[in-house]
Amino acid sequence: MSSILIKKGRLVDPKNNVDAVKDILVADGRVAKIDDNINDSADKVINAEGLAVMPGLIDLHVHFREPGYENKETIATGSRAAAMGGFTTVCTMPNTNPVTDNAIMIEYALNPKRDAVINVLPIGAITKGQKSEELADIGQMAAAGACALSEDGKSVADPALMKNAMRYSKMFNLPIFDHCEEIRLAKGSMNAGDRASILGLKGIGDDSEEIIVSRDIILAKATGAKLHICHISTEGSVEQVKNAKAMGLPVTAEAAPHHFTLCDEDITDYDSNFKMNPPLRSRKDMEIIRQALKDNIIEVIATDHAPHHIDDKNCEFEKAANGIIGLETSFALSYTELVESGLISFSDMVAKMTANPAAVLGCGKGQLSVGSVADIAIADIDNKYTIDVNTMVSKAKNTPFGGREVKGKILYTICGGEVVVDNGKLTKQEDGK
Amino acid sequence: MYNRKDLLGLRDLSADEIMTILNTAKEMKEKIDNPDLRTDILSKSSIVTLFYENSTRTKMSFMLAGEYQGAIVKDLGVATSSVSKGESLIDTGVTLDQMGTNVMIIRHQMTGAAHILAKNVKASVINAGDGSNEHPTQALLDLYTIMERKGSFEGLKVVILGDISHSRVARSNAFGLTKLGAKVTLAGPSTLVSNSMKSLGVQVSTDIPSAIKDADVVMGLRIQFERQKNMPFPNLREYSNLFGVNDEILKYAKTDVLVMHPGPVNRGVELSTEVIDGKHSVINVQVKNGVAVRMAVLKLLTEANRK
Repeated sequence: MSSILIKKGRLVDPKNNVDAVKDILVADGRVAKIDDNINDSADKVINAEGLAVMPGLIDLHVHFREPGYENKETIATGSRAAAMGGFTTVCTMPNTNPVTDNAIMIEYALNPKRDAVINVLPIGAITKGQKSEELADIGQMAAAGACALSEDGKSVADPALMKNAMRYSKMFNLPIFDHCEEIRLAKGSMNAGDRASILGLKGIGDDSEEIIVSRDIILAKATGAKLHICHISTEGSVEQVKNAKAMGLPVTAEAAPHHFTLCDEDITDYDSNFKMNPPLRSRKDMEIIRQALKDNIIEVIATDHAPHHIDDKNCEFEKAANGIIGLETSFALSYTELVESGLISFSDMVAKMTANPAAVLGCGKGQLSVGSVADIAIADIDNKYTIDVNTMVSKAKNTPFGGREVKGKILYTICGGEVVVDNGKLTKQEDGK
Repeated sequence: MYNRKDLLGLRDLSADEIMTILNTAKEMKEKIDNPDLRTDILSKSSIVTLFYENSTRTKMSFMLAGEYQGAIVKDLGVATSSVSKGESLIDTGVTLDQMGTNVMIIRHQMTGAAHILAKNVKASVINAGDGSNEHPTQALLDLYTIMERKGSFEGLKVVILGDISHSRVARSNAFGLTKLGAKVTLAGPSTLVSNSMKSLGVQVSTDIPSAIKDADVVMGLRIQFERQKNMPFPNLREYSNLFGVNDEILKYAKTDVLVMHPGPVNRGVELSTEVIDGKHSVINVQVKNGVAVRMAVLKLLTEANRK
């Protein structure tokens, strides 16, 4: 494996409290040296002067659709989109077809034939077939390499089953990634409120999310399980996570860039690229999500990358599929909206995309010290550009952010010591292409 | 002036555009009762109705409004068309476009359906009701009826009551009436009229007598059982006792109040039979005016699209 010398970059490694210009030498897939000035020869030298060098970004929440919906995305295409966004580790949700609810499906996702260019860690379903009837093969999935458990796309309807799952998963130290939605309260296609009234769309209230956040925090208290609240979107949910943390419960939370960048007022013309679940909430909710990111009530930024084929989106708004892609815009949106705006420091933002998600997973990733696996992202944070959907690598193009001005471009992604993105370009085409 | 390709809702129209349609409708009304006055100004134009939901008044009055002006009018029987084989709305629209259709009139159970159709076809699209969003020609015929009877809109108190939250008629009327200077109150049980409706520039009330007090116009709406899974009130008797309009309740309104209803009526639920058939009722006039307004809309859109 070739060696790489990264010269004069601004190393931002929140886990190790580093924010300084450093040279980094990568050899044999690991960080060999970090110093002020390294003059060792290397197979490849990256001049990172003026660039930010970070641990490879981690996204706890993506959908790669394989198997079952390969027309939307595959592990090969999704992992390349992730690499373009600076991610070296992503966690894939189990709502594949068939559902990822057993060890064979976990092994399928981890099989090198899937042609992933970064670390793709599958999440196992909580219940068999995500049907809320019986537990999935949790222990066997853990043994096969599942990184977490989730019913994403819905909640486990039966609280007794959820409680059992939380108790059981604790044995394997698997966190629960919790999609919080009481479906019986969520009959609508956008946030309930003035905008829904103006557009004549049925609204989804905050209560459908908050009632399950509340239920599952109570169950986390009862069971001691690690609970991670997915795509938190309302003021009331933030309040409950804040209280849970104050009680010392092992509760964490993530927010998606669209929930701190957009609100329901941005929906004007039945454009289904603004349709997702949870929906874009009110302006006040958006402001509270931003404040909670600042206050570290929300410690993780995760995209909920949800690729869809154009046929699933170019139709009646109420019929259109939920979700938007996010891997290739997450870094720039986070930088522009949170750091450029002065809300949080760059180091805090990097923590929410590296060390903090690593802590949720309970793994040693998300930091750079001598001996760590060389997962590295390098970005030009001063690079200002317009988001262009047509140049995206994801198979899907469903994003409302096309045409938006942002700052912060990923130039290099190194995963396990291999350069996957080199000066903004992918180094590995898909197998057979 | 009306220069748009489509008529999708009153939300986006100006007061001037609405008045253009109403004034054109005035010229049309005499043609309904007198066949000798009908013209063929829409001859060579083709109109297709695409109704994904049932209709008596809207569909038939659109078809007659086209034929009274010499247009070729066809109905795509949605239930017997390729829609039942799963063809998408956009593909259906593009297919009709290729056949040279000049105007498509769509009713659909989903909000925004007319908008997505309009974006994808060259033909003019008229929204004949999309989900719980808008039903612009119904509101236009209501406006026309009010104008005919009251002369103008400025300062009129209009109360719309019943199943507001599912009603595209209430919403289109709220947009149109407020643009023309009327004061609108939406009234009904709290499960059927939400406070966020105030964002439409209207008052919201759950107390029927006080809502109706001094009203110039009372418009009843049908309880749309087909759009609700959980009953929003205990039973029909309680509803008609607390929220229905009968002769007693109507005494709170002005003595020359107009009683309107877009039909079909659940007799004895939102309005009592005495009120429906009483001296204040203009429900049947509304039906006739519906043809005039739709003739006007077809004429204006055809002229705009031919330019």
